[in-house]
Amino acid sequence: MAPVAPKSGDAIFASVDRVNAELFTLTYGAIVRQLLTDLEEVDEVNKQLDQMGYNIGVRLVDEFLAKSNVNRCVDFRETAEVIAKVGFKMFLGVTASVTNWDAEGTTCSIILEDNPLVDFVELPDTCQGLYYCNILSGVIRGALEMFLFPSPSGVNENRSHVAA
Amino acid sequence: MIGVGKIKPYTNVLDRPLSKGKQEVSLSAFAFLFSELVQYNQTQVDNIAELERRLEDAGYAVGARVLELLCHREKGNRRETRLLGILSFIHSTVWKVLFGKVADSLEKGTEHEDEYMISEKELLVNRFISIPKDMGAFNCGAFVAGIVKGVLDNAGFPAVVTAHFVPVDGQQRPRTTILIKFAEEVLQREARLG
Repeated sequence: MAPVAPKSGDAIFASVDRVNAELFTLTYGAIVRQLLTDLEEVDEVNKQLDQMGYNIGVRLVDEFLAKSNVNRCVDFRETAEVIAKVGFKMFLGVTASVTNWDAEGTTCSIILEDNPLVDFVELPDTCQGLYYCNILSGVIRGALEMFLFPSPSGVNENRSHVAA
Repeated sequence: MIGVGKIKPYTNVLDRPLSKGKQEVSLSAFAFLFSELVQYNQTQVDNIAELERRLEDAGYAVGARVLELLCHREKGNRRETRLLGILSFIHSTVWKVLFGKVADSLEKGTEHEDEYMISEKELLVNRFISIPKDMGAFNCGAFVAGIVKGVLDNAGFPAVVTAHFVPVDGQQRPRTTILIKFAEEVLQREARLG
């Protein structure tokens, strides 16, 4: 059988079942609200969001590989590009861009201009240290660890920051 | 590494224009997120009733916001004052926006005056969930029941809303029914309005 060419993020997104982004946004808001009520400490909530994202990431990466047919990435640069262009598009319907590479090529920032998780959201003054989208960095961390790419990642302001 | 930069002040979220609501995410993204919600809540409770209540609370918050959003966007800020009006709003508009289709059916209860049922062959949230036998009658549709309760409560129709599985002959997976039991005051008000 001829090798299947990798599909673009748009093509995959068009072929999967989709749901309204607002349901997704509001459900995520409910999760963060529950965590804040239960844990109260902003740092604890950040850790819990990261852990939840990690759990999602390890399962999500299987679906990603099954649907996207990407070729093996040669280096971390390519990995980051694939995550930003194909991965985010496939699941969240938005494209991210990769910038801010450091000298060794081990750290970069993935910037999401249009993040469905934060629609309608404003952080009050009491929660200023909260990384609202920390679940995304957990997802990336979980996914990369499945490739034996142990990588601490985190959220900086509204941007997701990945280091390997 | 985790950034610790100062949080930039961004424009007030209320100043941004309201989106048209056409944006979508993949079903699997939502399914993963919902499964994490359920798993997290499982660690926080000891019994099934508590778990259902927590899912319902999560859904309640969603419902309250959905009502505000849809009243403004879809109905031009008109408020439903009649029982059938709010029920058909939930059955068609809310369901269509959240789940992409209108609910399968809306029925009035035969035994009690204050009961109504919205049925769905397969709730979106339950699609990738399987309930282990030892959890008995637990239904993750409690989240959707919470959404409905949130909409009703904030629209001025207090009710008790629960989700139940109803086995159907010839079908492997049971149907889900959202049972709505309105408070006494709602029925009295409805009777007064004639």
